This record gives sequence, structure tokens and C-alpha cells, in this order.
Amino acid sequence: MIQLEDLTKTFSTPNGPVVAADKVNMTVPTGEICVLLGPSGCGKTTALKMINRLIMPTSGRIYINGEDTTQLNKFELRRRIGYVIQQIGLFPNMTIEENICVVPKMLGWDAKKAKERAAELTDLVGLDPHQFLHRFPKELSGGQQQRIGVIRALAADPPVMLMDEPFGAIDPINREIIQNEFLKMQEVLKKTIIFVSHDIDEAVKMADKIAIFRGGKIEQYDSPSQVLAHPANPFVADFVGSDRTLKRLRLLTAVDVRDIDAPVASMQASVEEVLVSAKSHANRIVVLIDADRHPVAYVTADELSGATGVVSDFAHDLPTTVPVGADLRAVVSEMLSHDTMWITCVDERGHFAGVVTQPAVTAALGQKSSSVRDQATDARLANV
Amino acid sequence: MDILVFIQNNIWAIANMTMEHISVVGVAVGLAILTGVPLGIAITQNRVAADIVLYVASIVVTIPSIALFGLLIPVLSIINQGIGWLPAVIAILLYSQLPIIRNTYTAITNVDPALREAARGMGMTPFQRLLKVEIPIAIPVIMAGVRTAVVMNIGVAAIAAYIGAGGLGLLISRGISQTDPRQLIVGAVAVSLLAIVADWVLLKAQKFLTPAGLTR
Ligand SMILES: Nc1ncnc2c1ncn2[C@@H]1O[C@H](COP(=O)(O)OP(=O)(O)OP(=O)(O)O)[C@@H](O)[C@H]1O
Ligand SMILES: [Mg+2]
Repeated sequence: MIQLEDLTKTFSTPNGPVVAADKVNMTVPTGEICVLLGPSGCGKTTALKMINRLIMPTSGRIYINGEDTTQLNKFELRRRIGYVIQQIGLFPNMTIEENICVVPKMLGWDAKKAKERAAELTDLVGLDPHQFLHRFPKELSGGQQQRIGVIRALAADPPVMLMDEPFGAIDPINREIIQNEFLKMQEVLKKTIIFVSHDIDEAVKMADKIAIFRGGKIEQYDSPSQVLAHPANPFVADFVGSDRTLKRLRLLTAVDVRDIDAPVASMQASVEEVLVSAKSHANRIVVLIDADRHPVAYVTADELSGATGVVSDFAHDLPTTVPVGADLRAVVSEMLSHDTMWITCVDERGHFAGVVTQPAVTAALGQKSSSVRDQATDARLANV
Repeated sequence: MDILVFIQNNIWAIANMTMEHISVVGVAVGLAILTGVPLGIAITQNRVAADIVLYVASIVVTIPSIALFGLLIPVLSIINQGIGWLPAVIAILLYSQLPIIRNTYTAITNVDPALREAARGMGMTPFQRLLKVEIPIAIPVIMAGVRTAVVMNIGVAAIAAYIGAGGLGLLISRGISQTDPRQLIVGAVAVSLLAIVADWVLLKAQKFLTPAGLTR
């Protein structure tokens, strides 16, 4: 857990004092990612660097797991905190292995243990240790270097990580991949992370909590969905953008809004029988499935009414299906590109897993109360 | 032909003078590294000190070598060393400061600030940073300064023959005083060759000392 208490930094410059952090108060619970977000010069980096004392606070207190860090030796403090910067900063004169082992060595780890750790971490980010550990930084691509930058910070297994726009220098496609890898790693490692970004999409994706800064002050400190659904003031609303409702789509998945009880029938079912279930349902369609529960086609109530025979005569091909785990942005995008009001979900094995309709999506976004993800987070916190 | 015969007849004397020449430059530049590199590193901490030190070192190299030897004679006469090996070494030591201090200073201040920030953020002490990151990265530029110092001062050492420091400069000074073109030419060519060879050897040393990650 990281607690900042009235943290303040005033730089004295030739043009007079600049207040870069102004009584910043926040608590980042253990295992969560807090993203500091805001326009350039709002004090994100300053707030971050005060935590590992690369910048001395003018006043205020910082507690890590309850311990007041002002009492600690600053070198020892930094060795216990993982630190990742946008420019990566791998030492060009050292091999990848030597880079990763810098902090473990300073902490007096046995060389063999440090090397094993380097190999383990390299493997964790999908790079072959045999191939990469003995290379030099400039023999790696930008994305590979960035991964090494992250695992170098993780080398001594610090409970806390500070990351200043760690993925800022990577192209958008690679950034997405590395963000996903990082989130997957975080699920296992459960580090307490403060992460600086000025990209609202990145913040929404990575954060458990977002702190929005302006002029050294926190304007709002909330979960991503709260920030998007209920911006605390016009500045925040403006900063998160007029498309903030659309951004919330990424916070929900098909599972959250699908109708698992949407009617299904087999291809051989009789028209009369299927018509009943089609009419009973708001969407007025029935998905047809094969013997293995794979969705294969659909029929509409309108076309069935007054008809007889088997439904397969009235079947249309399904325009597309989406995995239940897909986020709503992807789901809505599929709906729009296939010009449809509803879409069929499938599970990992391709079995029918419900239907998502546009009204259901709209209803989920319109919810006044906290969203599904929030409830999940709250439940998790309650268990801690 | 004359010249080849001269070389053949005096080969041991020439070899001896070459060794004297190398010893003067080698000892002086060696000492200059021991003083100039730490000084170059130290002044990275303070802009004003850096300006002053680099300014003084630049002034020193503008003093003609003959004049510098002249200045050193009365000073060193106090310890009975007004002429000979010692003033030559001291003069070269002084001349070497500029390239060595300046290159060290430039190399250290030019280390990518991101590396310094990463090193600081990982909890390296200033000394660890210097030893593990800044100096290894600065090595090629520092070595380039050493090469400049050596090549420049092989010429200066030739002039030191006039104050009795020996070396290949003896051939040149005798060639002039005895109007003997053989000695003059052999001396001049030998000094040039020594400078070229020294530069080449130091270039190899520079490559050897540069961390593999910076060149590969
Ligand atoms: N060393 C310093 N001396 C004087 N002023 C500084 C110093 N460092 C930062 N500042 C000022 O403090 C304010 C906050 O800077 P900071 O680097 O924390 O911004 P930031 O939110 O990280 O911005 P960016 O998104 O551009 O990185 C700015 O106005 C900046 O000019
Ligand atoms: Mg910043």
C-alpha cells in the first residue's frame, strides 16, 4: 500500500516559485494499479518521483506499507522500488543479463540466484533467455528493450513499482500488446503500481484507480468507470473527452450484458413451436444451434408467423459471432459493421453463450449506479 | 643512400633515443591521465569550476613549448633539476591536461540523462553510477583525448632535447647545429613515425577498452 499525505513540492525558479504538487493525498491499495493522468506539466512526474525521492518533497509524508519513507536511506528505498521510465534507460555497456541483475547485485544476492531470476523474468515476457540474456541493449528492438526495462524493475521482486509513461515511446500496436502482457503479469504478481500516463485510453485500460491532476492538485481520484460516467467537474469531463461514454465500452465485456436466456432451437424444430419462443422474447429472434450447441443460423418471429413446417426453411446465416470475453467496444464495432441490432456470443469452445442487443448495451452504459466492474472491485476489496 | 648508411651505423643510438622519447611522453601522459581524468570527472559537478579549469588548461596549451621550458628552468633549479628529464615531463604533463580533462568532462556530461535517471532510480550511489555506467560509456572519448595528448606531445618532447631531455629531438637539434641533413631527416621522420605508431597502438587500446555493447 502506498499513502501520500499532503505531499507538496515547490520548485524555486528564476521566475519565482512553481508549485508542482499541491497537498496531494491518496492511497493506493496493495496490488492495485493507480494511473496518474493529466495534461503536460500538471505534476504527474513530480508526484511520482517524490515517492522514490528522486525529487525531495517540500512537505508532506509518504508511507509504503505503513512505513514512513522519509526515515529511510534514499538508496535503500530506491532499491526496494521498481522504477521504469519512458526512455527505458537500459545501460548500453551491460548485457541484458547484467542490466537485469543490477539491483539484485546491489542487494547482495548470490550471483547464481540473480542469473536464474534474470532467465525466469526474460522467459516471462516471452523472450528466449538463451538468445537474449547475453545480447546488448542495442541488439534488441524497441519493444523488446521496453520489456527488459520492465523486468529489470521487477528483478528484485519489489512490492511497489513506479512507472513514468513506460509504454509512451512504443508504436500503438506494440503498446497494446505490451499493455496486455503487463496486465497478465500483474494478475499474478499483484504489485502496487503507480503509473503515469497522459493517454486516457491507456489509463482506462490499465487502472484500478485513476487520479486526474491539474496544476499539481488531484481533481478526481476514482475508478475508471466512475471517472468516465461521473466526472467530478467540467475540467475532468473535458479531459476525458466528449466520447467518454464510448470509452466506457472497454470497461465492460459481452458477459456483462448478454442475455444468456435468449431462446435457441434446433434446425429441425417446428415453426409453431419456435414462433412461440420468438414472440415471447423482446428481440423477436431465435438462434438455431446444431447438436453440439454451435450457433449456426437464426429465424425471426415476423417471418415465422402464419407459416408451418420446420424452421430451417426460414433460417438466415448468422452475420457474425463474438467471444463472450470480448469488450463491448469490439462487440459494438461488430454490430455496427454488420448493421445489426444484436449479436450472438460464443464461449471458448464455440458453443452458444447468449445474445447481446444494442438496447442491453445502452442500458448498461446508462446505468446511474456503479457499473458491473465497480461492483466486482468493491467485492474484491471487501474480501481483503 | 647516405641516410640508410647513417641509420645502419647508428641503429642502437637511434633505438636508445626512441626509448628516451617514449619514456618522457609515456610517464608524462600516464601522470596526466591520473590527474586529468579525476579532475575532468570532478568538474562535472560544478559549472563554474568546470569553466575555470577548462579555461586555465586552454591557456596552458597556448604557451609555446620553448617558453614553457624557459619558465620551468628557474623554478626547478631550486631542486637542481632545471634542465633534463623532469622539466620535459612536467611540461608535457601540463600540455596533456587540456585534451584529457576536456574529453573526460565532455564524455561524462554527455552521458544520456535517461541512463543517469535510471541508475539513480534503481538506487545506485553516485560512485556506483560513475563506476558502472558513466565511466564505461565515457571510455572511448576519454581515450581519444589521451591519443590527442600523446600525438601532440611527441612533437613537444622532440623540442625538449634542447633542455637536455634526450630523445629523438637530439637528432634534429644536432642536424641543425651541425648542418647535417642526414641527422635532421632521420630525426624528423623518426618522430613522425613514432607519433603514427603510438596513435595506432592507442587506437587499438581504445577499441579494446570500449565496452562491447557500445560498439557491436
Ligand atoms: N526541476 C524543476 N525545476 C523547476 N520546475 C520544475 C522542475 N521539474 C518540474 N518543474 C515544473 O513542475 C511542473 C510539473 O512538472 P512535471 O514534470 O511533474 O509534469 P508532468 O505532469 O509529468 O508533465 P508531462 O506530461 O509533460 O511529463 C511543471 O510546471 C514543470 O515546469
Ligand atoms: Mg512527466
